[in-house]
Amino acid sequence: MASGRRLRTTVLVTLVVALLVLLSLLSVALGALSVPLDQVVRSVLGHPPSRLIDNVIWSVRVPRTLLGLTTGAALGLSGALMQALTRNPLADPGILGVSAGASFAIVLAVGVLGATSLYGYVWFAFGGALVASVVVFFLGRLGRSGATPVKLALAGVAVTSLLQSFTSAIVLTDQDALDRYRFWSAGTLADQDSGDLVRILPFLAVGAVLALSCAPALNSMALGDDVAASLGRRLGLVRLQGVTAVVLLTGASVAVIGPVVFLGLVVPHIARVLAQWVGIGPDYRWLLPLSAALAPVLLLSADILGRMVDRPTEIQAGVLVAFLGGPFFIVLVRRRKLAEV
Amino acid sequence: MSVSAPPSPAALGNRPFRLTVPPVSGVLRPRLLLTGVGVAVGAFLLFCWGLTIGDYPVAFTDVIRALWGSGDAGTVIVVQDLRLPRALVGLLVGVAFGVSGAVFQTMTRNPLASPDMIGLTEGAGTAVVAAVVLGWTGGLGLSTLGLLGALVTALLVYALAWKGGATGYRIILVGIGVSWICSSATNFLVARGNRFEAEAALGWLVGNLNGRTWGQVDSLAIALAVLLPVTLGMGRWMRTLMLGDDVAAGLGTPVQVVRLALLLAGVGLVAFGTAAAGPVAFVALACPQIAQRLAGTSSPPPLVSGLTGAFVVLGSDLLAREAIPGTELPVGIVTGALGAPVLLWLLIRVNRAGSGG
Amino acid sequence: MSTTDPRAPRTPESPVPGPELRARNLQLAYDGRVVVENLDLSVPTGRITAIVGANACGKSTLLRALARLLAPRQGVVELDGVALRSVPTRELARKLGILPQTPVAPEGLTVLDLVGRGRSPHQTWWRQWSTADEEAVHAALDATNLTELAERPVDELSGGQRQRAWIAMAVAQGTPVLLLDEPTTYLDLAHQIDVLDLITDLNRHEGRTVVMVLHDLNQACRYADHVIAMKAGRIVAEGAPADVVTEATVEDVFDLRCRITPDPVSGTPLVIPLGRHHHDGNSRTEDAVTTR
Repeated sequence: MASGRRLRTTVLVTLVVALLVLLSLLSVALGALSVPLDQVVRSVLGHPPSRLIDNVIWSVRVPRTLLGLTTGAALGLSGALMQALTRNPLADPGILGVSAGASFAIVLAVGVLGATSLYGYVWFAFGGALVASVVVFFLGRLGRSGATPVKLALAGVAVTSLLQSFTSAIVLTDQDALDRYRFWSAGTLADQDSGDLVRILPFLAVGAVLALSCAPALNSMALGDDVAASLGRRLGLVRLQGVTAVVLLTGASVAVIGPVVFLGLVVPHIARVLAQWVGIGPDYRWLLPLSAALAPVLLLSADILGRMVDRPTEIQAGVLVAFLGGPFFIVLVRRRKLAEV
Repeated sequence: MSVSAPPSPAALGNRPFRLTVPPVSGVLRPRLLLTGVGVAVGAFLLFCWGLTIGDYPVAFTDVIRALWGSGDAGTVIVVQDLRLPRALVGLLVGVAFGVSGAVFQTMTRNPLASPDMIGLTEGAGTAVVAAVVLGWTGGLGLSTLGLLGALVTALLVYALAWKGGATGYRIILVGIGVSWICSSATNFLVARGNRFEAEAALGWLVGNLNGRTWGQVDSLAIALAVLLPVTLGMGRWMRTLMLGDDVAAGLGTPVQVVRLALLLAGVGLVAFGTAAAGPVAFVALACPQIAQRLAGTSSPPPLVSGLTGAFVVLGSDLLAREAIPGTELPVGIVTGALGAPVLLWLLIRVNRAGSGG
Repeated sequence: MSTTDPRAPRTPESPVPGPELRARNLQLAYDGRVVVENLDLSVPTGRITAIVGANACGKSTLLRALARLLAPRQGVVELDGVALRSVPTRELARKLGILPQTPVAPEGLTVLDLVGRGRSPHQTWWRQWSTADEEAVHAALDATNLTELAERPVDELSGGQRQRAWIAMAVAQGTPVLLLDEPTTYLDLAHQIDVLDLITDLNRHEGRTVVMVLHDLNQACRYADHVIAMKAGRIVAEGAPADVVTEATVEDVFDLRCRITPDPVSGTPLVIPLGRHHHDGNSRTEDAVTTR
């Protein structure tokens, strides 16, 4: 690596890490009850100024921040992976039917099966996400030439549409299902059962490992299937591994915080632009971790903003992710910084 | 000049044969004609059937009488004020979405293209939901607001994609960004409102023919009367566009003008259709492909796509009303559920031909 | 046909002189980058002209400007003295036909349909398939030997047949001037010769003016009456093949040293490239012998 590049990379990494730390602190501090930073630090170090603050920080803010960090990273990672697998810069992880599967499962649980407690939603949602993506993957493999990007996308659109129809049917006939659905579908870090994070952590971990280990193969695949095959990559296996990782990462995240999949669409583009500026180029060994690190920045920022803009009510993080990420995406499009479709 | 023997009749299904009646001449494609007539007749039958069913079943002969205003007063009201507008909106919306889908797929040369991709329908949705939840109606009806939402979004997307010209690809990218913003806004509003508002909003968002009025029929009919001839009149040029912009230009097609006109017509059709019935899922995507496969043409045929759209919407509406006794589902739910197998069939069929993927 | 002297004067069957195509002081740009500068060109009517040059020298760009697919930043392209941009689109389409590089036909389109589309500049919406149209299509299919394949979908044909189908479309269009952008790319050798022979027929029998971009220099020498060599957006040399294709010009334009010898079959210049392993005074086989 040229020394200029090494310097710039170090700067970038430092900046991103610093940003994450800062946002995490802000996320813990800010909200309907704002806690000054020094009190936050004291709480963290074990000397809370009051029981109320201690409670707020440890039962609400810290779990929420951690949730934002982990699911954000998962969504960013899976978005970058999805775009690499489908060689389509417009792919978001939702195209495998993950969000549709999760929402249908939730709605089914509430509306048809009569589940009422908050606990256990996450398993339904996750299960729904998994089943939907498996169906999409197998449908996409029908016919010759296996699961190519176009076929996967088509299968995803078909399954998503079907599930959305069923979801709407249930939601419009069952009030409880409607309620649960509409609060979930905006995508939010708030009011989440803190146990959920622990429940999905193993899946996120496995997914992350699978995803990151795909990176070298993805670099070869970016050169085209034939070239990759001649370089010794087992295409079918890599795709399977990649899709599994996407499903685990996205499914688990969406099951808890709702369909904030736009994150997975926008962040990889930002990562690519930054990587190019720094001089790394389209190397997935960097792009994947970078996307994983940048996505929580966007998610936490959206969450913090959502808490502060309309105090004491909150605007859901998912909404603000689109409001922040959307214009950014459009700016990138106008500057022709996006990879050609 | 040597004229060789005409090509073999084995492929009669696709073969155009010449009909020369001076000074008018043209090409008849038997399979296309047959498909068009078949679908039109089917749509007509579904239309009539739709007039007879409902909470008060009305026999067909009574329907005819009620259309002329004679017979039982209650029946007349039901048929003329409730059923007829609904059926007409279903018919017209199907045509609008079908034609618009054919236009977009021809322009982009991509069978997966659909007018929903550029954010129009999400924009309409946000406008309507904002009206329902926040009460921002400004005295306008939901339809009008939906129309305004769609048109404003279209302008916004075009303006944002404009950088010394707007390539189709940039429009799609900007459209995706805008549609995510709009759908997030919609989700936010739906979560903000109370249950009833949320239900009403979601009911509209899914595509619905319930409670359609004559006002909606009128505006949609006028829109179609203007936009349809424009679109169909450019059919010849649309066919040359399928060969590529360069070849089309070389063949004398005013490419930029035609693209712009088609874009405007396509957007207009979607906007008015969405205003009338909400974003009825999948019609614009699937019907042109169905029409193309049935008619055996090499690109989605605009008029037959429209007729197929009408058939699908009216058929789905019937299913939606009758499938679950006691409840009426919105039509968009059925079109969405039906659309999926159609897409899958496309998927499989395209792969069998070996040209997919 | 191969026994006649290619440089003998040609007498096309329809001796009506075609329109004159010329460019004056042309400046062409793509995305703000100037590709062609200060170019003057006069296309010889009724002849075959080949534009050659290294990659990115501007030859395709020039062809597109001649076809009015690209508006010149400065200067003008004229057809019979009238600036192209002032000619109505349909009228231009009846005079100039273009075949771009690797055109794509929609799935399922038959040869007959494709060739039929070539008639669109002559059709109005009430006159969509006149007798003239039918005759032109049949004649085009005849000239390109595609009559038996008329019912087949274009995308099922071999590369050579497909290219012939596109040429048939251009023929049916009935234009006195034909512009072809690399008509032989991606074709195997037999099909390349087939296509070039077909183009020659169109010129000899019907007197059409042909301008084609070719990347094979030897083919350009054999088939063209007039060769234009371009480098970095400028015309370096133009004229008869023997005058243009000289060792000095080839080195200048293609950065390639060569020897020129008369083609034993056609008499036109044959370029024999010199490289590191094959050059004057040494050859690879000698190497192998000495090292064994």
